[in-house]
Amino acid sequence: MNLFKQDKTYGSVMSALAAVTLLIPLCNLIFPEDSALHFSAYSVSLIGKYLCFALLGLSLDMVWGYAGILVLGQGAFFALGGYAMGMYLMRQIGTRGVYGNAELPDFMVFLNWTELPWYWHGFGNFGFAMLMVLLAPGLLAFVFGWLAFRSRVTGVYLSIITQALTYALLLAFFRNEMGFGGNNGLTDFKDILGFNIQSDGVRTTLLFCTGLSLIGALLLCRWIVNSKLGRVVTAIRDQESRVRFLGYRVELFKLWVFVFAAMLAGLAGALYVPQVGIINPSEFSPLNSLEIVIWVAVGGRGTLYGAIIGAVLVNYAKTVLTGLMPDAWLFCLGGAFILVTLLLPDGIVGLLHRRIKPKDIEEALLGEPT
Amino acid sequence: MNPNYLENRLKTLFSQALSAAPAAKLMPPLTMGLAPRRLMGVFQRFTALGYAMRSRLPKTACYAVPTLALLFAVTAQAQTADAFSQALEQLRVGNMSEREQAIVQLGEDGRSLKLLRALRDGQLMDWKTESRLVIAVDSVKGYALRDPFDGKAVLAEVDKDAVGKLNMTNKLRGVLSKAIGGLQLNAESADVRLEAVKAIAKAADDNALQLLRKRLERENDAAVLAAIQEALWLRDLNGDDKPARLAAIQALKTRNSQDAYNRLRQLAEADAEADSEVTEQAKAAVKKIESRLQNYAAIETVFFGLSLGAVLVLAAIGLAITFGVMGIINMAHGELMMLGAYTTYVMQQLLPNYLGTALILSIPMAFLVAALVGIGIERGIIRFLYGRPLETLLATFGVSLFLQQAVRSIFSPLNRSVSTPDWMSGSWQINDFLSLTWNRFYILIFCLLVFTALLQILKRTKLGLEVRAVAQNRGMARAMGIPTSRVDAMTFGLGSGIAGVAGVALSQITNVGPNLGQAYIVDSFMVVVFGGVGNLFGTLVAGFSLGIANKVLEPYAGAVLAKILVLVFIILFIQKKPRGLFPQKGRAADG
Amino acid sequence: MMSQILAPKGAASPQFHDFVDTRHGPILYLEDVSVSFDGFRALNHLSLYIDAGELRCLIGPNGAGKTTLMDVITGKTRPDSGEVFFGQTIDLLKLDEPAIAQAGICRKFQKPSVFDALTVFENLELALKTDKRTWPTLFSKLNGEQRDRIQEVMLLIGLAGLKNQPAGILSHGQKQWLEIGMLLMQEPKVMLVDEPIAGMTHQEVERTAELLLSLQGKHSIVVVEHDMEFVRSIARKVTVLHEGSVLTEGSMDEVQNDPRVIQVYLGG
Repeated sequence: MNLFKQDKTYGSVMSALAAVTLLIPLCNLIFPEDSALHFSAYSVSLIGKYLCFALLGLSLDMVWGYAGILVLGQGAFFALGGYAMGMYLMRQIGTRGVYGNAELPDFMVFLNWTELPWYWHGFGNFGFAMLMVLLAPGLLAFVFGWLAFRSRVTGVYLSIITQALTYALLLAFFRNEMGFGGNNGLTDFKDILGFNIQSDGVRTTLLFCTGLSLIGALLLCRWIVNSKLGRVVTAIRDQESRVRFLGYRVELFKLWVFVFAAMLAGLAGALYVPQVGIINPSEFSPLNSLEIVIWVAVGGRGTLYGAIIGAVLVNYAKTVLTGLMPDAWLFCLGGAFILVTLLLPDGIVGLLHRRIKPKDIEEALLGEPT
Repeated sequence: MNPNYLENRLKTLFSQALSAAPAAKLMPPLTMGLAPRRLMGVFQRFTALGYAMRSRLPKTACYAVPTLALLFAVTAQAQTADAFSQALEQLRVGNMSEREQAIVQLGEDGRSLKLLRALRDGQLMDWKTESRLVIAVDSVKGYALRDPFDGKAVLAEVDKDAVGKLNMTNKLRGVLSKAIGGLQLNAESADVRLEAVKAIAKAADDNALQLLRKRLERENDAAVLAAIQEALWLRDLNGDDKPARLAAIQALKTRNSQDAYNRLRQLAEADAEADSEVTEQAKAAVKKIESRLQNYAAIETVFFGLSLGAVLVLAAIGLAITFGVMGIINMAHGELMMLGAYTTYVMQQLLPNYLGTALILSIPMAFLVAALVGIGIERGIIRFLYGRPLETLLATFGVSLFLQQAVRSIFSPLNRSVSTPDWMSGSWQINDFLSLTWNRFYILIFCLLVFTALLQILKRTKLGLEVRAVAQNRGMARAMGIPTSRVDAMTFGLGSGIAGVAGVALSQITNVGPNLGQAYIVDSFMVVVFGGVGNLFGTLVAGFSLGIANKVLEPYAGAVLAKILVLVFIILFIQKKPRGLFPQKGRAADG
Repeated sequence: MMSQILAPKGAASPQFHDFVDTRHGPILYLEDVSVSFDGFRALNHLSLYIDAGELRCLIGPNGAGKTTLMDVITGKTRPDSGEVFFGQTIDLLKLDEPAIAQAGICRKFQKPSVFDALTVFENLELALKTDKRTWPTLFSKLNGEQRDRIQEVMLLIGLAGLKNQPAGILSHGQKQWLEIGMLLMQEPKVMLVDEPIAGMTHQEVERTAELLLSLQGKHSIVVVEHDMEFVRSIARKVTVLHEGSVLTEGSMDEVQNDPRVIQVYLGG
């Protein structure tokens, strides 16, 4: 917690993020396409995607790294945020759909629906959609967390039921009757806020917004973990019942962090969808949520920036490996899970800070009389 | 090893004996000439004995009695031998009326069933050069000629010109089908008789019904008897005789017959029906049948639920060991099941001609494979992570990804097909409205067997004792000299092996592919947690109740929504009772 | 906000409990309390009264129910039957652990349970008596008075020099003291102290005894301890528990000469 050197790493991560956020959009816009410094639309989207994942990883690090709640369904909140954004983008299509129906998205026309379901109302409004991006995952997390934490479901039980939660949502969103496009999800987006979603300008702006959100989120998370609430939450992670005897309502603190992280994940999902152009139920799959866990584990949990490093690295590896030899990816992912848990419990960040582990401090202190 | 092997072997032996008997009949003069009187007496006594035995020793008697009875019947037919060959000759060369007579006459002799059927199918022909009747089957050369009585032995291959067709008229056909019906109706095999009854009931001409009435008096097989009665009642129902119709309605409403149900519904709905009493009674009868139908539907739902539950229990009991007893979250559990299923596939590839045997051999093989992999996982990874359940969860999840991809690379990303042996396919047709598929039935039984076996292992073996000791108090167990790390490995191996065995069962009802394990992992954790961790009976009860709940919900909500509802229910349930249905009590459970 | 909405029934906020009615003398009433685990009776119709400002020692052989008794008082374990009151009016059985802690009953655990990842200062800060709802905690800033208080306690428990060190590196005895410090930070009315001197050096034990003696009067203190020497050095009144109920009560001398106690301890 108080390892001063972490601040240095934190600073470098922060500056790297700021650089990416500012420079890449600039390079894309300023330099001509044949310039070596030009970032193609593809790489802009790719980097934007990584940043979304970094935000998602950050959200998991808040609940897992600090509050010790291993959520195996963080992807569900991400997907919900994504769906809220997707719904807004669907409404923006207007009459340009295949069926040209101004009132209904294509898939509803296809299903012979005659009117918009009630929960789709309001999503034409960007502000409302953005509110839902935070509220939908937040509300789900609130209800779920309230039930779970109040009855003191902890540890692996909680992990498993969060996995069941995302699994149930996966099944639910596959159903056409749900009104979220079933199997195919929401796609074929055209505009965002009146601008063509495919244009370079929008892409770079989205990247810029994602970078900005990530930096903001990192600052906010850092402020929270350094607040007294952050210390209470860390205390809960290590000795839950002891905190209760200090007079804190443990369940409410967990709930607070859980809901906060869910909203952060929702935001990540909302930024992700316009950049990849699709949201479908597979985002709810338990495997996706587990991948988030490995990002954080690889990076180093309980450090915030570790989650960002991990998310970017693992996803970069994924991009490279699935391109080169698709078969190897799952081997690598599986191997990463095993190796990190066995050999690198503190992740890459832990490697960087190996010299100042608490154990070493202990040894140092025991060495000289106090 | 195949439990059915012995029985099948016996059946073959008996059917050989049976087919030998008619062959003997084909040479009546010769056989009879050789048979000394003394022997006949012995036969008679044996027959009597056979009847006496029937009540006590059904199985042997069932085969022995017909065999002996057939042989005995041969003597009686000896006198009519001449008449029989005369009829054959008449059929071959006679005019239409002679032929009709011949068919009628042949229709009274059990030997001529094959021959008459061939006649009906246009395969019975006159072999001109030999002046005898044969069954002619198309072949490369022209016709392959077969013996008209057993239909098997090939006599010769000839040109198409060498044989002459027997001309038939519609009248002859009518007589012929009646003769066949009569013959079948009197056949030895109850199955053949049942088929005949059904065929006759469909044709439903008066003569045929006459036959049925006649047979009714002599019939002793319950199923055939019921079919005949039903056919007759249906006939009455269609007639004009009101009391008979009403009686038929009363009788039919107790029957579980699709035909009867359909007909009664027609009657109940028909406006044209003149007699209101008949309509009313028919309505009441339909109601009665429908209420029974609902019961059957309920039974079927419960059965489906139980069989789904059996699958869940199979998938979960291995987990109940590793998670419940050892406290290890093994996310690779599903993949161990997948390995079991692939073992079945490999075994069947190795023994392509003995699918059933391969399946049964797969059970120990799958246990071994999965147990070895499990022990490998425990020794290689999990033992470094004891006391850190979340890390165990992540590491074993890595293993699961590894195994999935391994299977994908070795076999293929596509599903492999594992065949179902004959004795497991098909269904148990209890009546027209209720049939239970055998494979699910077997899985249900298999599940209970595995469960009992596991319980016995834990209860009665040294390993079981050690497992329980280590689960209750690791430190104390070690102090008592129990090699805890070996016990850990063995326990994990046991749990994994059971997952493998579950995989064998799964291979029979679902696609065998790299994703097989994933489909079950969430479910099986739910079952264990719902039942109460560390409680095998809880797992059993939880598995079955979730299975039934799923199937009960399905008709109302659809399969997917039912599953979601069950999941949501468990999520809520765990929050109400975090320790499951049957929690472990006491101080130890607090930790 | 959230915490107000969510506070379960009976878990009223601390302000309501600032007044504990001790006009009749006792601050803690346990009457006819029974607890059983799987048929094992940990507490068997136990009745116990602790007076306001009293320092009471609880002794008894292993399995006598000492820790279970503390679990019942602090809300960790629900008794099967019986009544537990804090003062005249507050029914502890209707409150959960945080509510009981906020009402002013605090506990030091048998096994020292400080937060290893947090510094000594932060450990004490968490225990500080203040608004413990989520949002106020998020925005909380220590004022000068509170800092002084923490400093004061750190000096008292002799850990001022290790202020910014993670608690994980403390020795066993230091952790015990940190926990006692955390108890003090909560300004409790009743302190339940489970085996405070385990793992302490002789000097530390003496200082602990001094500390506890200095606290009586301001707080009601219940000490569970095996070390008879220590108990003798601090106790006015000793309660002996045996098989889940009170065997006898009295001064150390009375108790030590009680034949039943001798039998229980030495076996008969």
